Amino acid sequence: MQAVTVTAEGGEGFWATAAPIIPHPLEFFFGLVCFAILYVVVSKKVVPRLEQIYAERTAAIEGGMNKAEEAQAQAQAALEQYQAQLVEARSEAARIREDAKAQGAQIIAEMREHAASEASRITETAHKQIEAERQQAVVSLRGDVGRISTDLASRIVGESLHEETRQKGIVERFLAELESGDVVREKVGGAAGSQGGEA
Amino acid sequence: MSIVAAAPTDYTAPGVEEFWQPLIGDGAWAITRPMFLMAFSIILITWWLLATTRKKALVPSKGQMGTEAVYGLVRNGVAKDLIGSHEFMKFVPLLFSMFVLILVNNLFGVIPPMSYPTMSRIGFPIALALIVWVVFHVVGMKKHGFIGYWKSLVPSGLPKGMIVPIFILELITDLFTRPVTLALRLFGNMFAGHILMVLFITGGWYMLTSGGILVVAGGVTWIFAFVMTLFELLVEFLQAYVFTLLAALYIAGAVADEH
Repeated sequence: MQAVTVTAEGGEGFWATAAPIIPHPLEFFFGLVCFAILYVVVSKKVVPRLEQIYAERTAAIEGGMNKAEEAQAQAQAALEQYQAQLVEARSEAARIREDAKAQGAQIIAEMREHAASEASRITETAHKQIEAERQQAVVSLRGDVGRISTDLASRIVGESLHEETRQKGIVERFLAELESGDVVREKVGGAAGSQGGEA
Repeated sequence: MSIVAAAPTDYTAPGVEEFWQPLIGDGAWAITRPMFLMAFSIILITWWLLATTRKKALVPSKGQMGTEAVYGLVRNGVAKDLIGSHEFMKFVPLLFSMFVLILVNNLFGVIPPMSYPTMSRIGFPIALALIVWVVFHVVGMKKHGFIGYWKSLVPSGLPKGMIVPIFILELITDLFTRPVTLALRLFGNMFAGHILMVLFITGGWYMLTSGGILVVAGGVTWIFAFVMTLFELLVEFLQAYVFTLLAALYIAGAVADEH
């Protein structure tokens, strides 16, 4: 370092070659002033702005998290409600099924009863009709039998006995006797003779 | 030194006069180039900080993100961790201002056309160290009271005979060692780093222009100059960080309940 001499770089004199740890007074004061200016700007403007950004960002993140938690709670509540509704619906369905079963059984029983009464009614009506027809047939037969017998008798006798038979009710009487079981044999000739004699 | 010896004729190794660059006037009240650089750094920093924080966007732009990263480093990485979450906010503006001011002025050392680390002029580090010194004493006295602050320098539970010597040692540390080392560390790193780079670059240039075998040596020297520049970048950042860290540490010690 013997080559060090006063130089081209700066001026001459004390400050050019002074030991580097001797502070230059104006630089020292200027440093203080500059730092003061920077400090004022930073503390009045920059730090408050950055802190505001920090706070807002934190709030935004926490708000977002709260919102997410709220949404999750809502979803949970909805799920529980849904499940409760599902359980309710299931029990409701089961109840309806039970009801329907009971109702169906009742309806079947009613129908069965109804059908039975209907059947008995129809049977009874048929019985009555048959009875009525039989009566009618009996009546009609009785008349026919009387008329045919009389016709037959008239052929045998040779003249019409219809008037007499009707007057005396012979046929009716005979049939009545027949129904009651005490049939008395009569001689057709004698009777016819006597009847004819009387006619 | 062998380089200098090999070129005996007209190479002048850089010395302290490299750093004396008066622009207006001369002597103790000359306005020097580092003062202009300091003023320029203040304009640059305030413009940048105000511009990138104007929008206060929750989703930051790249500029705002950069500012927030540096601010977060000082606020959370330094102030909050060292001073504690109760009192640190008071000191964040101070520490943040200090960090960005030192960082930008240090980076001027490797950025043309500035190419001059402002903090290699010891007046500036002394100014900053003085501010730190005043601040940590004042907050300590506010917290503990004038007498209580000096008492708090001595750890409790010492044997009686040890109290006086420990107090004297702590007093020297507190009043003298801390501010002086704070200023000298920053100054020394910047001064030495800059003079080394000037030596590598001017010496390399001298050899490159000398011809002969010296051209090769000059080329190698310039490669070293490049590596040194990268190393300087690291040192410049680290010194800004260390200065801020120690300032926070001293403040933390002063406001701590127990020393």
